[in-house]
Amino acid sequence: MDKATTSKFSLRRRSTSEKLVDIGFKNFVTATASMVAVVLFSIFAVVYYESTESISRYGLRFLFSSAWNPVTDEYGAFTAIYGTLFTSISSLLIAIPLGVGTAIFITENIIPEYIRNVIGIMVELLAAIPSVVLGLWAVFIMEPFIRPFLNILYELFGFIPFFSTQPLGAGMMPAILILVVMILPIITSISKDSLKQVPSKLRQAAYGIGASRWTTIFKVIIPAAISGITGGVLLALGRAMGETMAVTMIIGNSNNFSWSIFSPSYTISSMLANQFGEADGSQVSSLMYAALILMILTLLVNVFAQWIVKKLSLKYQ
Amino acid sequence: MNYTSQKSLTYNPSLTRNIGNKVLTIISALFAIISVLPLILVISYVLIKGGSYINLDTLILEPEPPGDDLLSAGGIGPAITGTFIMTIIASIISIPIGVGGGIYLAEYSKSGKFAKFIRFGSNVLAGVPSIIAGVFIYAIIVSTKILFGSMFSGIAGGISLSILMLPTIIKTTDEALKLVPNEMRRAAFGVGASKFTMITNITLPAAFSSISTGVLLALARAAGETAPLIFTALFSRYYITSFDDLFYEMGSLSVLIYNFALEPYEAQNQLAWAASFILVVVLLSLNILSRWIGTLGSFSKNKV
Repeated sequence: MDKATTSKFSLRRRSTSEKLVDIGFKNFVTATASMVAVVLFSIFAVVYYESTESISRYGLRFLFSSAWNPVTDEYGAFTAIYGTLFTSISSLLIAIPLGVGTAIFITENIIPEYIRNVIGIMVELLAAIPSVVLGLWAVFIMEPFIRPFLNILYELFGFIPFFSTQPLGAGMMPAILILVVMILPIITSISKDSLKQVPSKLRQAAYGIGASRWTTIFKVIIPAAISGITGGVLLALGRAMGETMAVTMIIGNSNNFSWSIFSPSYTISSMLANQFGEADGSQVSSLMYAALILMILTLLVNVFAQWIVKKLSLKYQ
Repeated sequence: MNYTSQKSLTYNPSLTRNIGNKVLTIISALFAIISVLPLILVISYVLIKGGSYINLDTLILEPEPPGDDLLSAGGIGPAITGTFIMTIIASIISIPIGVGGGIYLAEYSKSGKFAKFIRFGSNVLAGVPSIIAGVFIYAIIVSTKILFGSMFSGIAGGISLSILMLPTIIKTTDEALKLVPNEMRRAAFGVGASKFTMITNITLPAAFSSISTGVLLALARAAGETAPLIFTALFSRYYITSFDDLFYEMGSLSVLIYNFALEPYEAQNQLAWAASFILVVVLLSLNILSRWIGTLGSFSKNKV
């Protein structure tokens, strides 16, 4: 072949500037992607580094002591850890049936489509309301409204440790209820999405062999959508454990441990929100230690959520 | 034989399964009502109660210190501008990084080990409680006084919000770009485009509306966040008057609500309700806007 034909059919030669832009852009997006890793690692590194003083001084004793005394420099996060776990798990227990029930109601063919859409959109808009506004509503509207009911519970069942203090405003129970309001949209919308993805063949097959609507839902549809639902529930648990503002405003912020769900308490995040601004010295280090515990808890829940979604979804494909 | 089959074909409301069905349907309807009720209650309280405190003075004036004047507490003007400024700072940081990271995941390394790790990392980052982002920025910016020797600042607040926006933007960009059909990429390469030209001229414009949906949602979330601001930006009662003020305490609507809701004074509580009104109206509009943009230009193959 002569030279002219080769050049005619050879690849277009890119100019140096075009190549530079190409390589530069690739490096830029690679760098921005690695920012996620950088930020994540530095959050861990910084929180760990800042809490080393407290970790070396208290070790694991920090987890089981509920002393919190800046004067004598004695710190322990038991009340806050218990409060975090107790409020988030109880709110989850209330929110799971409500959320999954709502999701079933708006995906199965029970009501006309436009009502279903309206309910779906409304639940998702609930997620858009900031935590601090829900806290404001909880303080001024919800808590005064539910107090008489809680008082009745106290008078009837006051001998049980769980109900043993008189409800006087802020406390664990209102915090649990406002957490339910906050995590409902997450559970509902994720369950709704995974229920919608169940192939209609499964439904038709179940109806075809004479199953009723709810037999189909319990025996076929929920098992097929269980991976997404579990993922949503775990995500909601992570959110509830880290939720700060609404809880801080309504939980009462007290470090005195009590079994009663009517007494004021603490969660790790409300303790951070409440004390971080004016803390110094070893108190900052202890707060950082508490923050580290919160991070590890939410990290475990999130990783477990991702793992279980993968594991369960493989089973049903 | 004939008799039984006829019987089984008619709907018998007194059968256990039919009664059970009805009961369960009613329960699920009740659950749906209970789930929607708080939304209606919160929104109506905020709109009615908050809306009644809105007037020109509330929107413009600076808030008075608690307890100074029991009848009038001033307004929420500086908090509105503060929220706006910090959200802008957060967007300036997180949009380029988030969109860039999304482009990397979708266009350069779809299923490589590093991409998998970054996807996992952004899921983890999305699950990090917002107050931890505040603690982190407190430790590296506020307590070290790294910004010209000043501690609490609007910039620190903006940076902490950007950490919360980042994972949402990366994820939506990644998902949006993945929906762009490969034929478009091949066509661009076929006419001799470089990868950079292909991305900026073909895939990014095609995915633009989905990406902006994600950005708007992230923005709405950041604007409503309080926890990371209470010890990064803190709070200020004054308008910012110069560029330097970005390096000092800055007020925001959400921190104003938190501070003033817990004050024992009626006038301050009213400001908190007014601020909630503004915040909720802005956030709901952003959400509805993003929904509208999403339906408007959502990418589908039949549009190509």
